[in-house]
Amino acid sequence: MDLTLVLAAGVAAGTVLLFAAVGEIFAERAGVLNLGVEGMMLMGAVAGFSTSVSTGNPWLGLIVAMVVGGLVALLHAVVTIHLRADQVVSGLALTFLGTGLARVLGEGLTNRPAATLPHVTIPILAEIPLAGPILFRDQSVLVYLGFLLVPLAWFWIERTRPGLHLRAVGEHPAAADAQGIGVYRLRYAYVVLGGVLAGLAGAAITLAISPGWFGDQTVNGRGWIAVGLVIFARWNPIRAAIGAYLFGAIFRFIIDVQGVHSILGIENPFLAGRSSTFFLEMLPYLFVVVVVILGSRSATRQRIGAPAALGIPYVRGERGV
Amino acid sequence: MTAVAAPPLAIEARGIVKTFPGVVANDRVDFDLRQGEVHALLGENGAGKSTLMNILAGLDRPDAGEVLVDGTPVSFGSPREAIAAGLGMVHQHFTLVPSQTVTENILLGLDRPRFLLRERQSEAEVAALAARFGMRVDPRARIWQLSVGEQQRVEILKMLHRGARILIMDEPTAVLAPQEADDLFATLRSMTREGRSVVFISHKLGEVLAIADRVTVMRRGVVTAAGLPTAGATKADLARLMVGRSVLESLDRTEFRPGPVVLSVDGVSATNDRGLPAPRGVSLDVRAGEIVGIAAVAGNGQSELAEVITGLRPCSGSIRIGGTPVANESVGSVIAHRVAHVPEDRSAVGSAPNLSLTDNLIMKRYREAPVARGWLMDDAAARGIASRLKDDYAISSPSIDTPVRLLSGGNLQRLILAREIETKPGLLIAVQPTRGLDVGAIEAVHRLLLGLREKGAAILLISEELDEILALADRVDVIYEGRVVGSFPAADADVHRIGLLMTGGADEPEPAIP
Amino acid sequence: MRIRLEPRVDPARWLSAAATIGAVIVALVISGAIIAFVGGDPILSYLHILNASFGSVGVLSDTLVTATPLILTGLACALAFRMRLWNIGAEGQFLLGAWGASAVVLAGLLPPGTPAIVYLPLMAVAGMLAGAFWGLIPGLLRARLGVNEIISTLMLNYVALFWLQFWVFGPWSESGFQQTKAFPREAWLPRLSDFSAAVPGLGGLTVHLGLVFGLIAAGILWLILERSRWGYEIRLIGDSPRAARYAGIDIARNVIVVFAVSGALAGLAGMSEVAGSVHRLQDRISPGYGFTAIIIAYLAKFHPGRVVIAAILFGALILAGREIQPSGVPAMIQGIILFALIVADTLVRYRLRFEGRAPAAPAPTPPPGATASGAGGPAG
Repeated sequence: MDLTLVLAAGVAAGTVLLFAAVGEIFAERAGVLNLGVEGMMLMGAVAGFSTSVSTGNPWLGLIVAMVVGGLVALLHAVVTIHLRADQVVSGLALTFLGTGLARVLGEGLTNRPAATLPHVTIPILAEIPLAGPILFRDQSVLVYLGFLLVPLAWFWIERTRPGLHLRAVGEHPAAADAQGIGVYRLRYAYVVLGGVLAGLAGAAITLAISPGWFGDQTVNGRGWIAVGLVIFARWNPIRAAIGAYLFGAIFRFIIDVQGVHSILGIENPFLAGRSSTFFLEMLPYLFVVVVVILGSRSATRQRIGAPAALGIPYVRGERGV
Repeated sequence: MTAVAAPPLAIEARGIVKTFPGVVANDRVDFDLRQGEVHALLGENGAGKSTLMNILAGLDRPDAGEVLVDGTPVSFGSPREAIAAGLGMVHQHFTLVPSQTVTENILLGLDRPRFLLRERQSEAEVAALAARFGMRVDPRARIWQLSVGEQQRVEILKMLHRGARILIMDEPTAVLAPQEADDLFATLRSMTREGRSVVFISHKLGEVLAIADRVTVMRRGVVTAAGLPTAGATKADLARLMVGRSVLESLDRTEFRPGPVVLSVDGVSATNDRGLPAPRGVSLDVRAGEIVGIAAVAGNGQSELAEVITGLRPCSGSIRIGGTPVANESVGSVIAHRVAHVPEDRSAVGSAPNLSLTDNLIMKRYREAPVARGWLMDDAAARGIASRLKDDYAISSPSIDTPVRLLSGGNLQRLILAREIETKPGLLIAVQPTRGLDVGAIEAVHRLLLGLREKGAAILLISEELDEILALADRVDVIYEGRVVGSFPAADADVHRIGLLMTGGADEPEPAIP
Repeated sequence: MRIRLEPRVDPARWLSAAATIGAVIVALVISGAIIAFVGGDPILSYLHILNASFGSVGVLSDTLVTATPLILTGLACALAFRMRLWNIGAEGQFLLGAWGASAVVLAGLLPPGTPAIVYLPLMAVAGMLAGAFWGLIPGLLRARLGVNEIISTLMLNYVALFWLQFWVFGPWSESGFQQTKAFPREAWLPRLSDFSAAVPGLGGLTVHLGLVFGLIAAGILWLILERSRWGYEIRLIGDSPRAARYAGIDIARNVIVVFAVSGALAGLAGMSEVAGSVHRLQDRISPGYGFTAIIIAYLAKFHPGRVVIAAILFGALILAGREIQPSGVPAMIQGIILFALIVADTLVRYRLRFEGRAPAAPAPTPPPGATASGAGGPAG
């Protein structure tokens, strides 16, 4: 097993989680919890894939996936922002809807080949010892997009005027409203942005990282893992990126480790092909639970917890955040 | 200030009418504000003061009437438009983002800087502005670290930074200690010296006479005195204009006959939600038939003290109720010691908003017969109790099945008091029992508390209204920064001295920190 | 034009029921449009669903068999949701329950020929314990460490599935297939068809004792939620945890107990499914019962009696949906129904006001006497 290849594949797998988690961070920083990431990713995955299948243009597929993700998120936005529905329930509904609809729309797409996005090696950077081959050699263009997205997202939130407004809307919408900031407008914008990024994450699976359509197994809980990552990341895109790549590496490691035939003379050390691989496959999900436990504890301790108005519909004229 | 050539008008409002479903909040109201003056707007809760100011500040539109700013007719669609015209309002409830810094809060919503936040530069601007008006504020501090008085300064700075020439202050002293109020007045005067104008909303007669040049009095949506110079006015005049009858609430108090000690708190310390020390070694006793008032400015550990005694917050030190130690016992076992609690937050803690009157009225007795029958509940018994309490305590509501979120503040507080008093408590902890209530409701709450005292209950009354404490309490304990810094029989209490103690201006050495 | 929401002071009772039924109808219309869009015939599909689920006594019986696990998992969710505990883990608790019940049979501890009277109670207890254990984990995490139960229950669903797969593919695999060997007859819950010797009309009817479990559980849960002191505590915590704490209720303990009971109900569903319907443990024992349960609980407004009705309707949908193409239709309909219900809920709680001009502040200043609290009232 070549560790460099495993880690490089881990970065690619982590990119999917990264897009979804950063999107969810935007929505949650604006005060809207969207648990429908799994559904939005599936919709993005199927929309991107079927577009690519029928047009042969993966770039068009990528754009369609993002638009579809945004549209699905818009549904959540209308229901939770204007109609003040419970964000938890609406997010769950979005997951059901996305999953079911994606399966309906994806009918017959299984085993169909689709044009995928190109892989690129960055000339000089790829030669950096250790990091170069992992990060910059023969990666999908979307991986590089992920590299760009993280610092941009962080900078946007922490260092710009629109970011200041975003944070205010999520922390204390009444205060933001009093200063003439359109709370509803911003919440719509960031929920939709979250959907766009979730759609991108879905398309990243079907068009780049592990191409193909496998029904709802395509996303297979990664949307939920992204939601867990946001808590782990304490709503910070950079921490989210670290978590996403870590998870990506774990996912890849579990797949690759099953192909290892011997370590130090021990035959089939990880019992690949035997039923105990199921325990390995549990690990990422157990790891999310551990991560959320750690996230919850340090968040309460350090008072850098969730945005204060997260999950609470804003109604002008009602007191209390 | 009643010169012949009066200064030009900063605001002129004519014939303002505003109705809400079922109530005329403003009935043909006229109001004017001169440049460089402090103009007080006086009235009881519900008189229509805030409605009028909300209209001026662009939060509400009038049904009829017109507003002129600097002689030009205006019609603000939002507070932003009002502030653009130089008119800013500081609300009673601050609109600051707790997790952000002072500077970030001041920048919030501005067009400048365009995109990048230049923090150092903005911080310097804020510091300079604060210095100009004699306000002490750290521009880098986060809002949640600031006292209420400091937060108010941030709100004022926010308006000044936006170029406000007219400042509307909605009951600014309600949350301040007397000395903080003096600082505020100094700031307001430094503003009027620069030619800025202030509207000062209040229902406190003394401070209106102290700070304002003129006063407009409102009662039930109508102006009863317009632009009266304060120079010749007396409290009695203003009170008559404000209430329409003699205001002095006459409470029938029976003679003070203290019984045995019911609550004994000894050396109690606890931390607040941020993990900072709140009560620091508090000791006090409350006897049967006695009301002990805790006088303290918000945030000095008195709310946490109430939570500690009622079992809601862990602590160190000793708490005894009727001689039994109860420190760090569960809430349930404290309740079992016949301790009743009127909590500070009546809508989020004292009641379950979406549950019915019945469910809320049995909250403290659903474990006992007749409501409880084994592990089941007797619905008919519960409803019977609810109907009786609704009548006895005049809780106005369509039915006992109505969710309590639909009750007015006064009715909700009556419900809570009904529930707590009906547990026949040996000890009642009442925290801010009249905050936000109108005069009639306040009077009702006061009568209920005194009635309970007459029945021999011990009452610990925590209130930020010094007048309320002086009117009700038999003894006053002053708390500052988590410590009891003074204790007086109410008869000997000197308002000025209490005010000094509440703000740390103690005239005797504080006990050393252990 | 602006849309404004005004709270209804006292929504009429019929309104809520009408909105729920209306929501389901609207959802079916929207789903029909989507089915037509992807090239299906919605009317035929719906007729097929009706016919294949309620068309005869035989299919009605099959519908009830599918509804049985849904009733129990639906009750599990309804109980937790009452306290605003988002137990999304009924699926995993169901799987663990099925595994626990199967372990009684497959662990080989009971000698062959053990009578049903020993087998079945043991299986039921094992299933409930396993489900309760799986519910306790997120319950403890939530109560003691403040861990968000949505994430933990969801992740544990996946863990439960792999756990089940390990046993089904590994130690208990029937010669390499993805299923265990069939249970002995003594480990089967009695079915109506078992009595066809005495009553010939019952022949072929697969309704089993699990349905009775579900109905009894619904009855007990109704008694608890509507008539007991514990139900009052759950209601109070669900509406306002801070008020509940103030009233002397131990919230952490209630969270743990509710999660355990919720898990036990879902676990019983798993037991009932393996012992009553499938008669062996297999990889795909649940077509998402635990997830559908969420919608059922919501549709029933967390009311045990209505859970039974909603579970039968969804049982029909899932049963008939197995033959409908495309295969995602039932899941999609469930999602759309849930969305429609959410919107309907808003329409019940608020009155929509359409306004011609944009007002300065769309703040719904409530009339005096209808304000949430003194501090929130129209000041001044």
